[in-house]
Formats: sequence, structure tokens, C-alpha cells
Amino acid sequence: MSRPRSQAEYLARLVPPSVAGINRRSLLAGAAGTGALLSTGLLAGCGDDSDSGGSSKDVTLGSNQSDPKPKDVLAKVTDGFKTSSGVQVATNTVDHNTFQENINNYLQGKPDDVFTWFAGYRMRFFAQKGLASDISDVWGKLSGYSDAFKKASTGDDGKQYFVPATYYPWAVFYRKSVWQQHGYQVPTTLDQFTALGAQMKKDGLTPIAFADKDGWPAMGTFDILNLRINGYQFHVDLMAGKEAWTSDKVKKVFDTWAGLLPLHQPDSLGRTWQEAAQSLQQKKSGMYLLGLFVGQQFSNDEQDDLDFFTFPEIDPAIGAKALDAPIDGYMMARKPKNEDNARKLLEYFGGKAAADINLKNDPAVLVANSGADVGGYTALQKKAAELVGSATEIAQFLDRDTRPDFASTVMIPAIQQFIKNPKDIDGLTTSIENQKKSIFTD
Amino acid sequence: MSDLPLIQADHAVPPPAATTSTGGRRRRLRLLSPTDRVVITLMVVVPLLLVTALVWLPALATVVLSGTDWDGIGPLNEIEFVGGRNYSDVVNIYPPFVPAVQHNLLWLAVLFVVATPFGMFLAVLLDKELRGSRFYQTALYLPVVLSLALIGFVWQLLYSRDQGLINAVLGTDTDWYGDSNVNIWAVMLASGWRHVGYIMLLYLAGLKGVDPSLREAAAVDGASEVRTFFRVVFPVLRPINIIVLVVTVIESLRAFDLVWVVNKGRNGLELISALVTQNVVGEASRIGFGSALATIMLVVSLVFITIYLATVMRENRE
Repeated sequence: MSRPRSQAEYLARLVPPSVAGINRRSLLAGAAGTGALLSTGLLAGCGDDSDSGGSSKDVTLGSNQSDPKPKDVLAKVTDGFKTSSGVQVATNTVDHNTFQENINNYLQGKPDDVFTWFAGYRMRFFAQKGLASDISDVWGKLSGYSDAFKKASTGDDGKQYFVPATYYPWAVFYRKSVWQQHGYQVPTTLDQFTALGAQMKKDGLTPIAFADKDGWPAMGTFDILNLRINGYQFHVDLMAGKEAWTSDKVKKVFDTWAGLLPLHQPDSLGRTWQEAAQSLQQKKSGMYLLGLFVGQQFSNDEQDDLDFFTFPEIDPAIGAKALDAPIDGYMMARKPKNEDNARKLLEYFGGKAAADINLKNDPAVLVANSGADVGGYTALQKKAAELVGSATEIAQFLDRDTRPDFASTVMIPAIQQFIKNPKDIDGLTTSIENQKKSIFTD
Repeated sequence: MSDLPLIQADHAVPPPAATTSTGGRRRRLRLLSPTDRVVITLMVVVPLLLVTALVWLPALATVVLSGTDWDGIGPLNEIEFVGGRNYSDVVNIYPPFVPAVQHNLLWLAVLFVVATPFGMFLAVLLDKELRGSRFYQTALYLPVVLSLALIGFVWQLLYSRDQGLINAVLGTDTDWYGDSNVNIWAVMLASGWRHVGYIMLLYLAGLKGVDPSLREAAAVDGASEVRTFFRVVFPVLRPINIIVLVVTVIESLRAFDLVWVVNKGRNGLELISALVTQNVVGEASRIGFGSALATIMLVVSLVFITIYLATVMRENRE
């Protein structure tokens, strides 16, 4: 080997042959290739999994049912569809919150043929923007739905865009054994409710379990107080941005809530609803205003001990007949790859067979189709169905009844601010109103 | 094998000053084969295109979008421009904004004053080859490797008010994540826990590269350990120090992940980056408003970047 002529040559000699065998450029090319592979793999993972949906025997379903139990139930429903129609459903399950947060991009990109969604403002908004398909013809074949459900599935143009599957009411839950032990009675007015809370405090219980770390559970409290004090129509108008948040009506809601706050579990902003539900389950709290899904935190043999009542009347002129009962269901994307199969799947989802499977496997929800065999309901489900059946008006929930930007960027911080400092209601409502005006511009 | 010592090989190359300027250029060109030139061109052009497409264009688009009220839906030509309204809204009627700025500054101060020096201190200790230093290294570096979801979960187990370890051991009922006076410190501790390991590893790598003869010389001159570190080792490590400084500033400006895992950057944990995400990424899709926040963050970052670049360039010139 000759003498190296330059420093570069000298350095090159220092590389051992085992490494020098691999050309630096081929190494780079390899790295680039790996990078490309990784990125496409990752992107495919984030995006739709519809590669398998090419054949006409298939239909794709985008699902937000990421919790084990609901996911399992949905798998059973799609299996049922496969058996009855011979069409394979490719389900693309995405984490519940992620699905909700990415819905805009998802629907504008390449969504699955059918996707899970909720009734309410957002459903009508997607319909209006042309991001969902009209499925009025599917509704022509469906039976067993009350007018309330059909109305909740209808867009602003009077056509249907949504197939309701399940719903659950929000109510005040308690353990029968605890109440029997202390001899509590279900309150029917706000005064009785407050007195009951005071009694529970004396008995060493936290009267009302409460959690708002994630920002949304306390919306349920605001909703029910607003529905009791100002009624359903005001709720709808307030959520649509037509009523002023600085009005005395809204202030009265916050005032009433401020009066009840001492009965609530303290330090709620660091607690998840699961932890609050467990305090009810462990008999440390007396009651908890939450959706029927609170039962998930109870073991199977404790389910019979769980009972509820609807939030008591505040204003006799308004009554206590309205409540939040969010409806979950399905919609069809704007340009489904397999439109015929998608419509068939939606028809199946809305039919009795799917409702029966839901009913048999998930005690945390009620099925929307009244044709379903409700003999399988637990006592709690039966009571919940009766409660919703007797309701004069059904609201969806604060974050489903208004613009999502308003709900998440204004209302969540505002309600948390209220819980931290319930005294400054004027400042709070003024701040909400200013932000509302900036968001509800069109 | 070469028949002369290598040190002379360098001298064998004629110094460039000996050739004429044109001759020198031709010679340099000849050193690069055509393949080399293609590779170099590609290596410059490809990253340049990537940086332009992935960094500069989006940054520019953010600034443009911050003047609109786009909600992320519909074609681009329907975007309406609203002038500076988003900015005035951010400053005047958006309650989380001011706390977010304060928290970002607090974050920078704490990382800079506490976490970074502590990480450097640990690196110096570990550099002493204590018994089991491998174990300490691994233990301290572990948080950097763990995924954020896991870190959020680990600290949730410690901090949970009703079921957490800290309250159980201390017998207190502090609401670590929910009390807006406490939670920023709680999260900062978790963030510092991660940052310390990162800085430690960076600095340890630097310390391993310090020529031992420098320390020996200092020891022979009778300098104490502390004096040796501050007068000899620390100045020698200047490149590493700058990297550590830059990493600290970057980490505190982009601090986001932990507060997001804890409570999505609300209720006492507001950070500008979290506000941007809340507005832009989530279901909310206030793209225009979120872009205004992002632009503000860009400007703040630019201040630090400018100071840093100016310092580095001035020192290079000297």
C-alpha cells in the first residue's frame, strides 16, 4: 500500500475492513429506505385501514369504540351483519378521544364508508358541509324509532344523516344499600336535595361525588341545572349562541350551582370521573350525577345495588321532565367506496337484530330501537328507559349541542374557573360572552 | 504499508499557497469525482427542499392563517381574512393566554436554574467512576427513554389525590394535579426528572472526552477538585455547554407533552404550545385563532434563537 497523499486518505485507511465493506452511500440509501418504510407504515397506521376494502364484498367501518367492552359488542354486531348479508366488515378502531379530535381531517381525507358518531350540533354541521351522505332511504326501511329519535337524526335540510344505535341518560346515581342504611328518601325539589346533602354530610358521607379533570363531566351539572331553571328551549338557544351568557338566567344557573358546590366532592379538578365513581362504589359518597356508564366502575354483583333518580325540580313552572341523554350511532361518509354495502350496514345497525345484540351484551347503554327485545334489560336499564321515555325533551350534552370550538376552548376552562372561584360569576359570564361573540360570527 | 511515519505524510502534501489560485481551484475540483459532486449536490438539495417544505412553508402558512378565521373545513379559496382580530382576541378576551406565557417563562427559569445544573452535577459525579455508576446512569437516563403516555401514567399513580402514593405516604390530601397553585410545580418536577437524565447523559459524554492530562496538570498545580472543574474542565467543555444551554431553552419552549398528558394544558397548566394544540389539532379546529397563538410562540422562539445565533457568531469571529 502506498503512502497516503492527503489527510483524507490517511483517515480513510483507519476504517477497519469489516466496516469499509459497507459503502457509506449504500448505508445512507439503506437508512433513507428504512425511513421511508417506517414513515409509510406509520402513516398507514394513523390513516384509514381501507386497503382491504377494495372488493365489493366488503365495507369499512371507522369506530371510536376503543374500550374493550363496547369494542367487543360492536364486533358481535358486525359478525351478525356478516352472517345475515355475507358482507365482510373491516373495522378500523381508533382511540375514542383521538377519533373525536381528528374527525375534521378524517372526514375530509379518506374516511371509512360508515363511521361512528353522535347526534347533535356536530352531526348537523357535517351534514350541512357535505361531509356526510343523506341516508333518508335507509330511514324508509327502518322501524321502531320514536319521533324524538328521528328528529335527532335529521339535518338542517330535513333529511336524515344519522342512524341512532344506543343512548344513555344522565341522572343522579346512588347505592340502594347506603340509602337504606341511613333511611334517605329520593328528593323531588331542590330544597329536599340540599337538605339530603346536609344530612349526608352529618352522616360522614361526601354528598355528591364530583370530578372535572378532563373538563367535560361538569358540563353535565351545568346542563341539568340550566334545563331545570330555564328549560329546554333556553338550553338550545344558549348553545346555538342566540342567548347572552351575561343574562340573569345564566347567572342564576351559576348561582344555584355555587350554592350546591359545598356539597360536592372537593378538589374535583384533579380527579377523573372513574375515581369519583369509585368513591360512590366504595360507599364514601352518597350520590353522583353522571351518565348510565357510571355502572362500568361497579362489579357485576354490585349492579343490582345501583339506582338513580332524575335531578329534582327547581322551578315548578319548568318541571323536571327534560334531561341529557346523548345518542350514539352511525353516519355514512360523503363518498363511500361501497355505497350499497354501506347502506345495507346502516340498515342493519338500525334494525332489531343489531339492537338485540347491543342489548344483550352491554348493560351500560340503552338501545334506541323500541322493537328490540327489552326483556333482557336489567332493572336499572328498564328504569332508565322509562325515564327517557317519559322525558318531554331530550338534550344531547353541552359539548354535543354547541360548536366544538366553543365547548372545548371556552366552556371547559370557564367551568373549571368557576369551580376554582365560584364567587366571580359576573366576570366569568362576561368573559364567556366576549369569547362567544368572537366564535359565533356566522 | 507506508515506509514513512504518518505525521510526515501530511507534510508531503504541498501547501495550497504554493499553487496559483486557478491551479488550486482546478485541483480541488479534481479531488471530487463526478459521483461525489452528485452526492454532495443531493445532500444539500434534498435537506434544503425538506426543510423548506416541512418547516418554512408551514411556518409561513401559519402566519398567513393567523389572519383568517378558517375552521379547517372546506376549500382554501373560501377562507376569510379578518386582519388582526385573532391577535386582539388572544390578548384581550382569551383568559388562558396570560397564564400560559407566565408558565412558559417559569418553565424556562426552573429548567435553567435547577434541572440543568443538577443534571450537570450528576454527570460530574458519575464521571468519578463510582461503584455501580452504570446502574445510576441507567436509572437516571431511563425517564428519557420511557414513552410519555407511560410517564403520565407513572406520575398519575404518584400524584392522584384519592389513590396516589404521595398522599398515601404523607397522609395529606393535596390535590397535586387539580389545584392550580400546585400542579405546575408537580408537573415541573416530573418534567425535570426527565430533563435531568437527558442533560446528564449529554454532559457525561462531554466529560469523558476531556483530556485527563488537563486534570492531572491542575492536580499537580495543587488545584482543588472544585477549582479544577470550574477553571479547567468547564471552559474546555464550551461546545457541550452551548449544546446543553440550547437544549434547555428548546425543551422549555416546546414543553408540552407532560401537561397534555395530565390535563390537556388546562386549569393551571396552560402553556402556549398546549393552547395551540387545543385550538388547532382538536375537534375545535379554530385554525385561525390557533395560528395566531402559534405565531406568537414563533416570535418568542425567534427572540431566543436570535440571541443564541448572535452570540455564537460573534464568538466565532473573535
